[in-house]
Amino acid sequence: MTSFISQLSRRTITDWGLPQWFASKPAWLLSLILISGVWAAATMGAVPVTWHDWLAVLQNSDEPLSGGAYVLWHLRLPRILFAVLIGAALALSGALAQGLFRNPLADPGLLGVTSGAACAAALTIVLLASSGIEIPTALRYWLLPATAFAGAVAVCFILDSVARWLTADSIAGLLLTGIALNALAAAVIGLCTYLATDEQLRTLSFWTLGSLAGANWAVACVLLITLVLAVWALRQLTHAMNALALGEAAAAHVGVNVRALRMRVIMLVAVLCGFAVAWCGMIGFIGLVAPHIVRLLVGPDQRRLAPLAMLVGAILLLLADTAARTVAIPAEIPVGIFTALLGAPFFLVLLARMRKGV
Amino acid sequence: MFDLFNEQNEGMPQSRRHFLNQIGAAFAIACLPQLALGAESSKKMTRRIVSVGGGLTEIIYALGAEKELVGVDTTSLYPEAATKLPSVGYARALSSEGILALSPTLVLATEDAGPPAVLRQVGTAGVPVSILSANDKFEGVIERIQHVGRLIERSAQASQLESQLRQDWQRALAPILARKTSAPRVLFILSHSPAQIMVGGRKTSADAMIAYAGARNAVDGFDGFKPLTPEAVIAAQPDIVLFTEQGMGVVGGVDGALKLPGLAQTPAGQKRRMVALEAMFMLGFGPRLPQALSALDQLLTKAMQG
Repeated sequence: MTSFISQLSRRTITDWGLPQWFASKPAWLLSLILISGVWAAATMGAVPVTWHDWLAVLQNSDEPLSGGAYVLWHLRLPRILFAVLIGAALALSGALAQGLFRNPLADPGLLGVTSGAACAAALTIVLLASSGIEIPTALRYWLLPATAFAGAVAVCFILDSVARWLTADSIAGLLLTGIALNALAAAVIGLCTYLATDEQLRTLSFWTLGSLAGANWAVACVLLITLVLAVWALRQLTHAMNALALGEAAAAHVGVNVRALRMRVIMLVAVLCGFAVAWCGMIGFIGLVAPHIVRLLVGPDQRRLAPLAMLVGAILLLLADTAARTVAIPAEIPVGIFTALLGAPFFLVLLARMRKGV
Repeated sequence: MFDLFNEQNEGMPQSRRHFLNQIGAAFAIACLPQLALGAESSKKMTRRIVSVGGGLTEIIYALGAEKELVGVDTTSLYPEAATKLPSVGYARALSSEGILALSPTLVLATEDAGPPAVLRQVGTAGVPVSILSANDKFEGVIERIQHVGRLIERSAQASQLESQLRQDWQRALAPILARKTSAPRVLFILSHSPAQIMVGGRKTSADAMIAYAGARNAVDGFDGFKPLTPEAVIAAQPDIVLFTEQGMGVVGGVDGALKLPGLAQTPAGQKRRMVALEAMFMLGFGPRLPQALSALDQLLTKAMQG
């Protein structure tokens, strides 16, 4: 696996026959793509939006918005922001997990973090409904995201304590714990689907497909703050993360506190992933694919990898979600289908390139 | 049964509408019902309805309001004309923008429509959303017809339809109630895909239909739909296996159904008693319920005789 990474790291964008300046200034290019993507997404949709509507939104008058302006301000723009933020969060958590495990296939899914969140949500859906506890509507709106987030964090704590108890500071122990937790979560979800009534089953399955339909400004702001804090926390970690790429012993030799670093990275992954899963359900492939694309562009240096992965993740999810809501107007297709459609072929191409060798 | 939002007609001041309603009510009390109808149809309000749920769409057609229908969901397969309308997609994966794009003045949906966030968004955008209760009883159909009739101001048509349905229902039930033969044990199988074969337990629409048809559900150990297990099927010993037409297609007709684990070891399997009805017709609990019951009754009777 480590040879896989080193192969990847040696193969930067210039090997792929693209101009050299791409490799030196990818952030500019990606930002440009993202901005034009946001613009395109804002103009595309079931309800036609004119520049009058844009003016109405920008004027910020006291009158309630209607028609296209309403759709633009209350539905489309928050959803675009949501896609960008969730995409960035998923890609960042993927990049961190891959760096931590020095394993290109590691992502929060592998750790069991995603399944932990899903598992908590499944339990909430099934147990609460069958217990017959009446929950006020305002609370119900927050309940599922809250439990999903709690599930992600709980899995991370279990991961850390079990792995530490098993094998002192080894990544392998953590990885195996993640696999075990995944199996456990899958079993619990399976049990929930068995116990669920038909109606709950549909809630459950829709939630496991993932959707950005629940976007609103309030949640988007919470996400934005979370992401900013995560990036701020990450700034202090990139150096240590790079050292960790050499292996744990080597990192310890150059003065990195491996245990503390691991704890912090795990918590970061939990927060990012938990929030993403909590609000949008399980959206696959972004966390796995975005960091890979960036590694092909600029190599494995975390200082560049993390921010660029966020950009790529944002672009990918924005593309997928815009496709999801515009391909079958007036119906909507689950976004998970499009992330897989984008992700799977890319992966196969990657594998084909790997076969050829360097 | 509850309305999330009071019905409001846009573009018409509340007072004027109130006044019109009072006039309408006064007419209805004072004059012949036809005159009230006349007052209703002379209103120049164009209502635009999005219907989420095949049963509701059928009710709208049965009340003669199909001209006001601007969008349906994927389960609205009957009448044929409904499939030509813009589809807002699967009832549980609705898109708020997609619904708003049809500029509806009313959204009718069954309880299982969703996601809830999307319906909330449509509501806050100023479009009244009415959630109609789903229950698998004949009275439930009547309730929904009355409710829809009130919402789209066709109560008179709704009453007519109701009395018609009550007659049809009695006619459909009469032979079933008069029958003296023992009730056959019926197993209902639902299959969306070959990998997903589900059996209908208690508290399902299929269970209600089987009971109305004077038969017994062969599985009564659980509620809802559960994956098919061979031993449970053998233990249930069904006399007849009932499929939806769509599901029968999925498993590959009667021959394919016989290959399902455990089915060959039951009376139904040994005597090839496998029958199927179109899913929305049999389980939609809409205005076609009496016909569906008669059709099911005939199918089961024929299967037992054959």
